[in-house]
Amino acid sequence: MDAILRAENISKSFGPIEVLSGISLDLRPGEVHAVIGENGAGKSTLMRILSGHLQPTKGSLSFKGQPITFSGPVDAEHHGIVLVHQEILLAEDLTVAQNLFLGREIRRFGFVDDKTMRERTRGILAELGTNIDPDIEVRRLSIADRQLVQIARALLVPHTLVAFDEPTAVLTPIEAESLFTIIRKLREHGVAVLYISHRLNEVKAIADRVTVLRDGRHIATRDIEGLEPLEMARLMVGRDMSKLYPDKPATASDHVILSVSDMAVPGYVESASFELKRGEILGFGGLIGAGRTELFEGIVGLRPSHGKIALRGESVHFRDAREAMAAGIVYLSEDRKGKGLLLQQNLRVNLSLAALDKFTRASFIDAGAEEKALDGAIKDFDIRTRSRDLLAGQLSGGNQQKLLLAKMMLLDPRIIIIDEPTRGVDIGTKEQIYRFIAGLAENGLSVVVISSEMQELIGLCHRVVVMRNGRVAGEVRQADLSEDSIVYLATGVHEERAAEIAAGHA
Amino acid sequence: MTETVLRTGAEKRKFKIDMRALSPFIALVVLAIAGALINPDFLTASNILNVVTRSAFIAIIAVGATFVIAGGGLDLSVGSMAALTAGVMILTLNSLGGADASTLAIGMLVAIGLSAACGLGNGLIVTFGRIEPFIVTLGTMGIFRSLVVWLAAGGTITMRNFELRELYRPVYFGSVFGIPVPIIAFLVVAAIGALILYRTSFGRHVVALGSNEDVARYSGVPIWRVRTLTYIIQGICVGIAVLVYVPRLGSATPTTGLLWELQAITAVVIGGTALRGGVGRIWGTVVGAVILELVANIMVLSNFVSEFLVGAVQGAIIIIAMLVQRSVHRGR
Repeated sequence: MDAILRAENISKSFGPIEVLSGISLDLRPGEVHAVIGENGAGKSTLMRILSGHLQPTKGSLSFKGQPITFSGPVDAEHHGIVLVHQEILLAEDLTVAQNLFLGREIRRFGFVDDKTMRERTRGILAELGTNIDPDIEVRRLSIADRQLVQIARALLVPHTLVAFDEPTAVLTPIEAESLFTIIRKLREHGVAVLYISHRLNEVKAIADRVTVLRDGRHIATRDIEGLEPLEMARLMVGRDMSKLYPDKPATASDHVILSVSDMAVPGYVESASFELKRGEILGFGGLIGAGRTELFEGIVGLRPSHGKIALRGESVHFRDAREAMAAGIVYLSEDRKGKGLLLQQNLRVNLSLAALDKFTRASFIDAGAEEKALDGAIKDFDIRTRSRDLLAGQLSGGNQQKLLLAKMMLLDPRIIIIDEPTRGVDIGTKEQIYRFIAGLAENGLSVVVISSEMQELIGLCHRVVVMRNGRVAGEVRQADLSEDSIVYLATGVHEERAAEIAAGHA
Repeated sequence: MTETVLRTGAEKRKFKIDMRALSPFIALVVLAIAGALINPDFLTASNILNVVTRSAFIAIIAVGATFVIAGGGLDLSVGSMAALTAGVMILTLNSLGGADASTLAIGMLVAIGLSAACGLGNGLIVTFGRIEPFIVTLGTMGIFRSLVVWLAAGGTITMRNFELRELYRPVYFGSVFGIPVPIIAFLVVAAIGALILYRTSFGRHVVALGSNEDVARYSGVPIWRVRTLTYIIQGICVGIAVLVYVPRLGSATPTTGLLWELQAITAVVIGGTALRGGVGRIWGTVVGAVILELVANIMVLSNFVSEFLVGAVQGAIIIIAMLVQRSVHRGR
């Protein structure tokens, strides 16, 4: 079978840093080819090269046997290569049909032909197995429906190769299942599918062949037959996965430090109750949009909220983050770049910002003390920076997370809430962060970990509370921690069925 | 090998940042040389002192504007606020009627208090009304301006007591050790401003707020208090400028302080403060204010351009300064 698109020895460097090195793969018609790898392994860069968004530094592409250089994504699209982006890139105020044809409107006598576009939109959406109204504004659609509209927009042009970049990140298992139906349909029609993901069960369910990347290098390309998720994980990480998580500290006590009941955050959380104990790592699971982030932002006073919060038995209510910090509770946002660090300021300013009172004498800042604290943070948190004068925005994701941790730990908190602690963080740093979190619990502090990575919740936490649609759906104890039990609570799908979906045998 | 590459990279970056902070000073030197070439009278001590003295009002107001802009805000009302404050101060002095130092002190306290209250008003509306500072201060600019027109009944508010005028005169026309009082006032204001912005936690909070409001909020910075305080500081600076301004003419008119907001914001931008917030340069601002006055002075001394076009040239300068800032930013 001839490949539609073949990459030979592709390398890509940004400045002196090589992010891809000598990658070869071929994408054949009627085949789903999965590319897996940890964050930062180079998956997205590879995808962007294959779809014409980036030029390789070295190596070549060939299209149906002929060498080719794409001048850009539009050129690639003319060859039938389309990319379904991970982020939703739609104009929210336009209708579904207007979005589908944005930039390629059908015209009649120089005016847009809404009727034809509406009919074609309806047809494509029906093919995808959905009956979204073409005239509805995108802002009124759920995230999953927006994803479908995005896929429909990609499939609008004649296509021979469709690339999906982590398409299920925002989907429930049921929605993911219908996406797999669409992908299988594409495969039947002889389209080559490139599927990028780090959800291994999904890959097992949908892919025909798997290419594994690690640190920008090609590790293996295997047929899916006989390749189990555990082996994929081993190939991705390059060592035994079980060592990623430290031993759970046996410090979880029965001593309740924080008790939250009937917490409501208008628009996001209807009602949530839970207890956090001393020395405990408490996980919060659930789908994106379940209200986990908003619940904790409400608790620490970053959002309007109401409900009962008892800290060490005393009733409290925080009006802003400052009050929560004074009470010993810190919240580390999942949005590190937007809400965690001042990207345009240097490390010293970022480090001391939350605990500035500790560095002031008669309201004047003691720069020497700040420098000393920065020395300590660089050492204690292993922040790797080529210069102390760098701006926070110039650090890698992992080092930004370490800096954010160092910044909040300067407040000497008793309760640390970390939202997506390892998003956009490389595997080595992940391990360090996990060890650090375990160390906090060992020292008698209490940690809440909000995470969309189920493995992280299972590997790290003593207990996991699962949220669904703004409510606490249930709690999974340490002995019962498994993907199935979390998925079941997160989706409300019957357990066996959830297990099937999770395993991909839908 | 990689080490060397990285090190030179870091040094290059440092050098560029220095360039950015230095550029207003370089512009000042270039202008001074140009002025000397155009007219030999330019570089005399009396002309230079005259230029710097005349720049004092704008410089003092612009120090306050540096706080507002570094914190991500904007205040367009400063010119009208100055006119209103001057008017009310003179009316207060007139109604008190005395000609002693205590009368003057009360008048000064009224001026500072009123301008601080105006700033407080701007700050509270921006902060608690959650309205764009551009709109809020555009509104108060109109309110303050028409209040002074109304107080003056369309005419001029003049200090009536000549003894008091004589007593007050040295605040603009006097000098200490040969340095005119307005220059001393503006250096003191700038020094205190620099101390607050660079050395206190409040100053750090202003910069954090202007850099990214969300990060500041998530870091426990009391953003409402900090933002309101920047407008109050702006108000107090306007008040101080008025204290120096009133003895100059001894009157306030509906055109007092006209276009001062343009000049103050231009001075801030020339000085290298980022209009989007997050960077504040007090000494750059001071130099920016002097540059504006220098340009006007050169225009008067030379015969190339009519001095009636000073406003046009200053307007052009702010646009050019923004273009330079943008290209420097891109080059990074």
